[in-house]
Amino acid sequence: MGLILSEDQLILRDMAKSFCDEKSPVERMRALRDTRDETGFTRELWKEMGELGWIGILLPEDVGGADMGYAELGIVLEQCGRVLAPEPFVSTVLLGGNAILLGGSEPLQKDLLPDVCSGDRILALAFQEQGRFAPYAVETRATRDGAGFRLRGEKQFVLDGHVADQIVTVARTAGQAGERDGLSLFVVDATTKGVAIQRTQMVDGRNAARIRLDDANVDSERVLGEIDGGADLLDPVFDRATIGLCAEMLGSFEEAFERTLEYLKTREQFGVKIGTFQALRHRAAHMFGELEFARSIVRDALSSIDDGRDDVAECASSAKARCSDVAALIGGEAVQMHGGIGMTDEEEIGLFFKRLKAAEFTLGDATYHRDRYASLRGY
Amino acid sequence: MASIEEFKQEVRSWVDENLPAELRVGNRRDLPGEPLGRWIQALASRGWITPQWPTEYGGGGLDRKHAAALMAELRAVRAPIIGSFGTSMLGPTLLEFGTEEQKQEFLPPISRHEIKWCQGYSEPGAGSDLASLQTRAALEGDEYVITGQKIWTTGADKADWIFCLVRTDPDASKHDGISFILFPMHQPGVEVSPLRLIDGSADFSQVFFDGARAKAKHVVGPVNGGWTVAKRLLQHERSTDGGSEGGITGAMKETLVDVVKREVGLEAGALADPAIRQRLAAQEMEARALSLTMRRAGEEARAGQTTRDIGSLGKYRWANMVKNEQDIAMTALGSQGLGWEGPGFEDGQLERTRAWLSTRADSIWGGTNEVQLNVIAKRVLLIPE
Repeated sequence: MGLILSEDQLILRDMAKSFCDEKSPVERMRALRDTRDETGFTRELWKEMGELGWIGILLPEDVGGADMGYAELGIVLEQCGRVLAPEPFVSTVLLGGNAILLGGSEPLQKDLLPDVCSGDRILALAFQEQGRFAPYAVETRATRDGAGFRLRGEKQFVLDGHVADQIVTVARTAGQAGERDGLSLFVVDATTKGVAIQRTQMVDGRNAARIRLDDANVDSERVLGEIDGGADLLDPVFDRATIGLCAEMLGSFEEAFERTLEYLKTREQFGVKIGTFQALRHRAAHMFGELEFARSIVRDALSSIDDGRDDVAECASSAKARCSDVAALIGGEAVQMHGGIGMTDEEEIGLFFKRLKAAEFTLGDATYHRDRYASLRGY
Repeated sequence: MASIEEFKQEVRSWVDENLPAELRVGNRRDLPGEPLGRWIQALASRGWITPQWPTEYGGGGLDRKHAAALMAELRAVRAPIIGSFGTSMLGPTLLEFGTEEQKQEFLPPISRHEIKWCQGYSEPGAGSDLASLQTRAALEGDEYVITGQKIWTTGADKADWIFCLVRTDPDASKHDGISFILFPMHQPGVEVSPLRLIDGSADFSQVFFDGARAKAKHVVGPVNGGWTVAKRLLQHERSTDGGSEGGITGAMKETLVDVVKREVGLEAGALADPAIRQRLAAQEMEARALSLTMRRAGEEARAGQTTRDIGSLGKYRWANMVKNEQDIAMTALGSQGLGWEGPGFEDGQLERTRAWLSTRADSIWGGTNEVQLNVIAKRVLLIPE
């Protein structure tokens, strides 16, 4: 894929768009939130997405995947972002799925991934232990215990951790919190003794979990990547997940911007459409520019993975720095330009605002990614 | 046509023969005149100053992909890229609106970089509101007699010819009485007065017309229908800006990253000032995002996936980017960036100071940032006025 979509990709986009519009209008997400739905998304719809090949879009055919690329996954995620679909792409496909795909042994992949592709198995990645994103700030310990390991510690903000069947858990096998070396990744079954999961409801209507690991045992066959060298697996997983998340954000930008633009063209005050005011026209034009730049950066980042380029990490940070800033810009301007109505829970624009704020912080905000980009560039 | 790979090979060996080492330094202002002249002649003999123009007008007759390959090869060896108002603005406009006779007369000299053109658009009373221009052209026989004043005319003191917007019907509404006309600068009734700018340069001029003469056959497009031609030319101008990767950076002696590294210093591999480090990272990302966006817009247009013209967006973002680059350099330099001339300041530092000043113009000329935002709101976002 280049910067533009091929014929096949345009077909996939149109298909994903009609699917999302038809099966997942924003009201569905609102209803899940309002009823405090215990899953937080719709399992039947997730399985339908599985049948369409979307969940396993990246995965090889021998585990039930579609063996396509990030370009295609990005197209699907973008459409999901347009309707705020809360289905667990980030947790199951981008984070947990990628960790197993990039770091799991062949038997482990064969064991776990087919049910992931069908939508029957939910995954999560438990890494975070503090509010701000800091991938190596891990205190959770894994100590050798017979043929396996014993995990002890507490994780926060584990996306979809409340319903995950398998929780890829980052723990420290050596070193101190903050160090890149000494991390290891384990696939922990959620029903393991010593695993206590508490659902946390987030501002965007999605769910995460606090997970206490109280001497939970995990078999050494369930290690992903190398012991102590987990960061070498974690980095590319985060890069890929970050780029995928940006594709979802792009869809939310588009929808929030289009709705705001429509409001400028219809809302009247002082006897005229508010879109005639130059102050608002200029801000709308600026937002459009940011949206276009975000789209270019995200498309380029998606193809950096598909093309096996060596600048995936730079692309990921460049994309997320931009998208985090654009999330704040478009989310904030969308509410502001809708005026008082934008503050009401009834108007859907507030749902976009909140989702965009959550996505802004997920996997690192703009400051984090500019800092990382500078490091990658040698300054 | 040769395959791209064969063509690149051909370009490489041609460049080896024709481009001396002393010119392999990019587009610097102080290139040695004589070798540069030979290089221009060599390029012109292949039609490679205007590679995509038809060969009958002195162009290279290349398609887009071959032309892109040529430019990539030239950039790769830091060859001076020869361009002018003639090649980037007037030429494409003539190709679209000119009569066959006009094309035959004007395009070949442009493609050989022989005639210097300047652009007579802005007037003291017609800046952002360009269509209110007042320079009069009155028909006398087969000539127009021109009276009025232009301002911000780049290179007017060196130009041989001018493409000029003039009012040919003072009674029509302001957009309807304008014509786009070509005439020589070296004639009685044309007076050029250079303007000194805040950066000390004098590339811009005021131009006074008092009975200057233009041939009636040198009106491009319909008489009184020049506004359409004028706007089209502005699109060429804007797309040139937005498309120029990295802005002014290529012409500076030292990259921004190197300036900041040297002035601010590294501690454990990271710039000692975390705030400027953030700004530098954002600047590099912005440059890349701009070039990707212009590339994507081009690909989408060619694939027929959009009819949207984002030239104004490119110009707006490009202007901000080149200004911001100098702002960051100035922050890194501190008081060392405030020298005007003389001892105490290195050439590279003075160059940054002057660039900081001169780039203030980038968000003004060619349509101010505010005008570009107006255009985006109206033409791209279609918000009714």
